[in-house]
Amino acid sequence: MKTENQKAWFFVLPVLLLVAFNALIPMMTVVNYSVQETFGNNQFFWEGLTWFEQILNSERFHNALGRQFLFTGLILIIEVPLGVAIALSMPRKGIGVSVCLVLMSLPMLIPWNVVGAMWNIFALPDIGLLGYTLNHVLGIPYDMTQNPFAAWVTVIAMDVWHWTSLVVLLAYAGLVSIPDAYYQAAKIDGASNWAVFRYIQLPKMKNVLTIAILLRFMDSFNIYTEPFVLTGGGPGNATTFLSIDLVKIALGQFDLGPAAAMSLIYFAITLLVSWLFYTLMNRENLNDYKEIEQ
Amino acid sequence: MAKITLSDLRHSYLAQPRVPEDYALQHLNIEWEDGGAYALLGPSGCGKTTLLNLISGLRTPSEGRILFDDKDVSDLPPDQRNIAQVFQFPVIYDTMTVYDNLAFPLRNRGVDRATTDRRVREIADMLEVGNLLKRKAAGLSPDNKQKLSMGRGLVRDDVNVVMFDEPLTVIDPHLKWKLRSKLKELHQRIRHTMIYVTHDQTEALTFADQVVVMDLGQVVQIGTPVELFERPAHTFVGHFIGSPGMNVLPCEVANGTVRLNGVPVAVDGTVDSARTGRTELGVRPEFVSLAESGIEATVRRISDVGRHAVIEAMVGDHRVAAIHNGENPNVGDTVHLAFQAEQTRVYADGWLAMQEGTA
Repeated sequence: MKTENQKAWFFVLPVLLLVAFNALIPMMTVVNYSVQETFGNNQFFWEGLTWFEQILNSERFHNALGRQFLFTGLILIIEVPLGVAIALSMPRKGIGVSVCLVLMSLPMLIPWNVVGAMWNIFALPDIGLLGYTLNHVLGIPYDMTQNPFAAWVTVIAMDVWHWTSLVVLLAYAGLVSIPDAYYQAAKIDGASNWAVFRYIQLPKMKNVLTIAILLRFMDSFNIYTEPFVLTGGGPGNATTFLSIDLVKIALGQFDLGPAAAMSLIYFAITLLVSWLFYTLMNRENLNDYKEIEQ
Repeated sequence: MAKITLSDLRHSYLAQPRVPEDYALQHLNIEWEDGGAYALLGPSGCGKTTLLNLISGLRTPSEGRILFDDKDVSDLPPDQRNIAQVFQFPVIYDTMTVYDNLAFPLRNRGVDRATTDRRVREIADMLEVGNLLKRKAAGLSPDNKQKLSMGRGLVRDDVNVVMFDEPLTVIDPHLKWKLRSKLKELHQRIRHTMIYVTHDQTEALTFADQVVVMDLGQVVQIGTPVELFERPAHTFVGHFIGSPGMNVLPCEVANGTVRLNGVPVAVDGTVDSARTGRTELGVRPEFVSLAESGIEATVRRISDVGRHAVIEAMVGDHRVAAIHNGENPNVGDTVHLAFQAEQTRVYADGWLAMQEGTA
């Protein structure tokens, strides 16, 4: 006989308080701004969903959102296969393991704005190592401060440099957890290298790769510091991603209402995509492992 | 299917082995007949898995040759030796169905669709997983997973040898027995040469026609289960096989007479006096009985195991176990032990020291 009582809530209380102070209450101020207009002096006027309509109908938001999805899509397409490929080619034992792991972790340890500054200097057309080499040694015209395409290439290269390691480390963790017997059995079964990857390594990496993709999606979708330091969102608005645009509206134009509305929409999109992705991956996993014999 | 010959085989995990202790596998010469069922029995770390990996080609021997039907395969990789191996933990391809798992080794070798289908269904029926063919392998129970990895080993009908590396370790006890008899039955039906590695004597003795007992990288004895039980070639075999194991007691041998604590003991034939070293008397508890007269001993412990009782008695400083039916003596009693002469033998430095043909 199960006795029911409400005691459990008491134990959840500290967490509720913590979450309230670091998430819910700050979030509520944003909600507050998103439905009102303020002219300072703490005077607020009710606006309802005006700001949401305005943002959702604005071409500026559509463009920023489009750039954001393009950026996130591109870096995922590059970083995930590249990360897996690097993890596959890393040594599994010996001194090489620690050397590789340390080298891989280094980019991730550098502060984001430092990464932006490094790449900015690296890519300057006439004095940066990359810019100079391309323009004056190889003769390829390159100027990320003027040419949108060059700016995109640079921003993406920077993100790949900074974050591929995360995918590598997670994929590597998945790989080393595969017992030797699997490889031996595959050898005896006459499996090709591709079959080993497809039927042993990839399935065993699936869970960690789900996490890797989720983390990279959320991080890159919310990216701000690095492109802001590198290109400042330019040339023009070419690399103005959602968060850069948001800061321009909120702090540049001081349109707090629309900025708050945009924040909430932005948050909702990130949450929705992450949730969809995770749920779909998880559901497939559950189907895989459902006990089929009762 | 093939005859397997191991000729002067040695293996070391070190690059430059010097002393005998550097070898995980000491000098081996074994011949296995085509279609036989063999077991490699020995404690953990005795080199049996090493030997298995040498035969399968997962490792290359430091010295010596491995022949399949007189063809030297010592330097061939596993996939070219045409062998099958079942590992301790079930190896299955999670994302594939049961059917695809079984078909995998055949498809990799370009076997045509019709033959593949026929073999897969045949093997699945033999293993009683025929009704699971369309299921994903990931959700199977542990015993079915292990059946599946056995199935992948058995599905090719041209394999030279099928090897099992302690395949029942992760299986529940009540299913162990079932799988073991299944395996025996499979061997009788398909007659592949099979090598079964285990440290469990029951598994080895029930599965194999011939058991190879190993210890410290050496083959100690090769024989049928009956031979291993009745005539152990080494005290290790006596200890390791049987429950409880053989009694081994220090004894003196002088002028062909064997004495235990000064009391003469009748043995099975004539002691081979060419063998020298530390001499011991070996007799299994099954052949020790309580008698009116004989070797004096003090009962120290009695364990009733159901069918019979195991009496532990002290002869001097040495423990002797006897299997006893009927009225048990009391702990502390002085009893007399009789050893059945034709099952009592002398060992010198561990090795059997009786003259051949006297049994």
